[in-house]
Amino acid sequence: MTQDKSAVRFLGWAPLTWYIVFLMFPLTIVAATAFATRGLYGGIEWSFTPANFARAFDPLYVSILMRSFLLSLGTTFACFLLGFPFAYSMATASERMRNILIMLIAIPFLTNLVIRICALKAFTSFDGPLASLLTLLHVKFDPYALSQNGPLVAFGMVSTYMPLMVFPLYASLERFDFTLVEAAEDLGATFWQIATRIVIPSLKGAMLSGLLLVFIPAMGEFLIPDLLGGAKVMLAGNLVSEQFLKARDWPFGSALSALLMILLSLVVIAIRRLEKRVQ
Amino acid sequence: MTERIRPKAPRALQMILPVVLLALYLPLVVMITGSFKGWTLDWYIELFQDPTLFQALLRSVMVATSSATLSTVLAISAALALEKFVFAGRWPMRILSTISLMLPELVLSLSLLSWFSVLHWELSLATVVVAHITLVLPFAILIIAARLTSMDAAVEDAARDLGAGEWEVLSRVTLPLLKPAIISAFTLSFLLSFDDFLVTYYTNGAGNDTLPVKLYALMKSGLSPKVQALSSLMLLVSVGLVILLIKYRPKEGPES
Repeated sequence: MTQDKSAVRFLGWAPLTWYIVFLMFPLTIVAATAFATRGLYGGIEWSFTPANFARAFDPLYVSILMRSFLLSLGTTFACFLLGFPFAYSMATASERMRNILIMLIAIPFLTNLVIRICALKAFTSFDGPLASLLTLLHVKFDPYALSQNGPLVAFGMVSTYMPLMVFPLYASLERFDFTLVEAAEDLGATFWQIATRIVIPSLKGAMLSGLLLVFIPAMGEFLIPDLLGGAKVMLAGNLVSEQFLKARDWPFGSALSALLMILLSLVVIAIRRLEKRVQ
Repeated sequence: MTERIRPKAPRALQMILPVVLLALYLPLVVMITGSFKGWTLDWYIELFQDPTLFQALLRSVMVATSSATLSTVLAISAALALEKFVFAGRWPMRILSTISLMLPELVLSLSLLSWFSVLHWELSLATVVVAHITLVLPFAILIIAARLTSMDAAVEDAARDLGAGEWEVLSRVTLPLLKPAIISAFTLSFLLSFDDFLVTYYTNGAGNDTLPVKLYALMKSGLSPKVQALSSLMLLVSVGLVILLIKYRPKEGPES
């Protein structure tokens, strides 16, 4: 049945062709568009000019990219600071409690982001509970700026991406041999020593995936700053989307997203390096 | 397996659980309360009387069903080629699959939009399906490939020894064994596609709003009890799905 064998081998070409046509070609087109110029009516005129990249280094755009970068970094850091104790407590809870906690963290995670943003808006609306609380505490605030501001964007980012940090950490801690901790305790190690010498080293892989899982989507986030930030909190995702969907300046948008990808790759490489050095 | 020793985390650390859960759930509770504003069900009734919402739901279901079906088929072939057969394109496929897994959704969206424009494809639900397949394919491949590697190859060898051809082995031994993974891959693909906002927003063209895009458009024009009612209803569906997924989660192990 040699004929059969060769036929089966052709299976792989369908998905590979799909990836080439609908992933590799599109990415190549964006790279090419980044060097093109914008046509009179928003079309693309093919050329080879670095003008889009030069324009991207305007302080206005650099500051937006930097803001996204710092916010994503901060989000990743905050997700770890909250996610680690969360995953730790979760992994050391009783089996029944563990299952409940998994469900409780999976529900918001699998709920559409637009819905969760709607909930945050309801919470911070001018007649919502946050406004009532602030009034009660006699804190002065602008009721109409309450549902659109920088801190709210940061809160939205952290609460959205935290599960992505918790899942890998939990999966790793769930398999972690806690008798090691017990042994260290018997030998008189402090909590801090146990954390830095035993727990964290054995969690490196999970930490790395958590960092990437949070940082990468955070850099390209569009919905959260768009709905919770308003015009004041412009991030890379909004800037790029504006070029593609409103200004119809695709070459400039492509150049910006190319820069975004370069920035992302640098971070990924830096994290990998850091991981090797720790080893 | 007996339960391993799990020393409790320090009290101070455990405090994080209620704090984080409160931060995640309090807004949802406020939203649900808001959907009953004035203590009536009027907002929900209004939802069911809005035909555009029903059309958006229909579009979402259509898109998610087609992209989940097609990506599951592609993922089965990809996983088989990667794990079972000699396949010349193994490394390019691994690399492209990893790239698509790491790519921010935004970059995927805008590159597909550019590509469709270069191809002169008019944006429609068809372009959304194409885009969604690329979006969900790596996840589907991961699930099926994981099952394939943990499967006992001896069963297939036995079938071959008994004279089965490769197609026969595939259709009567391998695929039936893969069934739980295929179901999981389809479910996850469906959920990811159904839930997707950004890729759809970029590739759907005018008048083809799916449910998340429709909800976004409604929210852009202001938060109303009706929007909160729609969100609460969609939240209820995802809670139901999570419970179903956890209850019927495919069992680990060689036979299932």
